[in-house]
Amino acid sequence: MKFSLAEVQSAVASAIDELNQSRPADRQIGKSDETVLYGAGSVMDSLGLVNLIVSIESAVGERFGVAITLADEKAMSLRNSPFRSVGTLGAYVHQLVNEAE
Amino acid sequence: MSEKTKVMVVTGTRKGIGRYLSEYYLERGWTVAGCSREASDLSHPAYHHYCVDVADEAGVRKMAFDIGRRFGGVQALLNNAGIASMNHILLTPMKTTRRVFETNVFGTFLFCREFAKLMQRAGGGRIVNFATVATPLRLEGEAIYAASKAAIESLTQVMARELAELNILVNAVGPTPVKTDLIRSVPKEKMDALLARQAIRRFGEMRDVSNVCDFFLHPDSDFITGQVMYLGGVG
Repeated sequence: MKFSLAEVQSAVASAIDELNQSRPADRQIGKSDETVLYGAGSVMDSLGLVNLIVSIESAVGERFGVAITLADEKAMSLRNSPFRSVGTLGAYVHQLVNEAE
Repeated sequence: MSEKTKVMVVTGTRKGIGRYLSEYYLERGWTVAGCSREASDLSHPAYHHYCVDVADEAGVRKMAFDIGRRFGGVQALLNNAGIASMNHILLTPMKTTRRVFETNVFGTFLFCREFAKLMQRAGGGRIVNFATVATPLRLEGEAIYAASKAAIESLTQVMARELAELNILVNAVGPTPVKTDLIRSVPKEKMDALLARQAIRRFGEMRDVSNVCDFFLHPDSDFITGQVMYLGGVG
């Protein structure tokens, strides 16, 4: 693995920080692995999730120099969606970053 | 939207309308990132060329990634690249059909998806897609081309709704025939019959296309999205 899970998690956290700057105090996105990203228990609506995904793609590009698309066919067909929580998303981003050229 | 130091992406810039639009907006102070499958001989300090097939997902992603790094964001996208195939439906090869849809529909989709991400990060932007009068005129012999452009109209209208919240406005221009390579092989009598169905019966000029693009890009057009504007009084 070229990039460690901790490095990728840090990039995800920075994307969440950036997004939180424009979100109200009571709608801040948590950064713990258990933070739910969509559906019941999430502070985000669907547009919030779109913004988060775009921010993460950009943060990963800046930090690791690779272009990834998070919403690829694999992610959309996985039975257990990687977009469930910050933890599952971090693991998925880690996998994509290391697979990228 | 001030046109100074703004970044515009134009597809299909090697020749025809794409080349004209690149030069037109370069003259007006835009930085233009253009692309085509082959190299371009357009030389201008603010022009950056990418050799990319618009239907190649990895290639488009790399182009967007590079533009994001170089310029930070993009304010406008003109999805000009397109190919046509004129043939009776019973004589249209599947390979041709696939190629037309790949370039016209999938290419437009990929550029919208990747560059809307850069626009979102820049606080918004304008997308102009390219439709055609062949769709509302239901032109015989152009079923595949017209269908591919009909798909672009739907894409434009739905994207306009999805992207409005991100301050990204999406419209389309529907040119009449303009004298470019795209229509070079169409017989004269076919072309005359087509022009006869327009309210204003003449070929479109490049400036007719840039005029509509100017309107969609104008700062005051911030309440205009999801529209398809046909030239020549068609529609």
